[in-house]
Amino acid sequence: MRLTEIVDELGLRVAAGAGHLDVEVTGGYTSDLLSCAMAGAAQGNLWITLQGHLNIVAVASLNELAGVIVTEGKPVSKETATKAEEEGVVLLLTPLTSYEVAGRLWDLGIR
Amino acid sequence: MIPPLIVRRALALGLGLIAVTDHNAAANCAALMAAAAGTGLAVLPGMEMQTAEEVHLLCLFETLEQALTWQGTVFDHLPDEPNPEDLLGGQYVVDRDGDYVRTEQRLLATSTDLALEEAIRRVTDLGGLAIPAHIDRPSFSLLANLGFVPPNLAAPALEIFRLTEPAALLARHPSASRYPLVRDSDAHQLSDMRRGIAFEADVASFETLRAALAKPEGITLQP
Repeated sequence: MRLTEIVDELGLRVAAGAGHLDVEVTGGYTSDLLSCAMAGAAQGNLWITLQGHLNIVAVASLNELAGVIVTEGKPVSKETATKAEEEGVVLLLTPLTSYEVAGRLWDLGIR
Repeated sequence: MIPPLIVRRALALGLGLIAVTDHNAAANCAALMAAAAGTGLAVLPGMEMQTAEEVHLLCLFETLEQALTWQGTVFDHLPDEPNPEDLLGGQYVVDRDGDYVRTEQRLLATSTDLALEEAIRRVTDLGGLAIPAHIDRPSFSLLANLGFVPPNLAAPALEIFRLTEPAALLARHPSASRYPLVRDSDAHQLSDMRRGIAFEADVASFETLRAALAKPEGITLQP
């Protein structure tokens, strides 16, 4: 499924990387520990986390993720959004919990 | 931040004791200790290691040998991954003059698989001081990752963020009140360096620091 469709289906807000939404999402990964995401999130995955700090951009770049969904309405600073834009990293925001987002992505067939 | 400039700035600030706490690494300790030799500035070797819970822990030692032993343990507990230099920057080891020696290849910007209590126990068994770092920061801290300070840590103190006033923190997080609090520069560049704590002692050393932490009423947090 294309990331643009997922953004629409879940009503996600695009905080950065609007020019990089036409990608195929290969799967999902959930963790709030960055070291786990670095080890476990595969290329093209969507990473679901409530961490909104600057370091998530490096992880997304490192693992060539389709994007990061920051959940529970956690704030993403201007600095983080700017850095993401520079790196071509997609940051998506939602008030939903990580649990709900993961469930809904699973239902959409993102496995 | 090369060793001669760190030493110069420390002396200009009137510091008697500093510690080197690179992330998951102690390779640059020797150079700084050498650069400070004969100046009257005490330099403690150490590191800031990252536990399995992604909590940062300051590990301070008396001898370089202890710090390098701990380095070996930490490396055994880090994933065996290369550092992506283009993304995260180079991890350089320099000599006492600040000249390039080598580049650390393994990924340091990640967690070990050592849990906090385990790491504290091991550092303490080695003779070091294990101090949870910047406990009130929004990430990589005890309060952010665990939500509270566990009651029976073998930690001689907790480090608070350099801009934090203890009273405000303790009001919000009474679980931190069981431990002495320390504050320091956590300097990532020369201009970050500043005074941290003050205590009375005949000489600035690992032992007098340890003794001071055991009698925290004698410690003043410098403004």
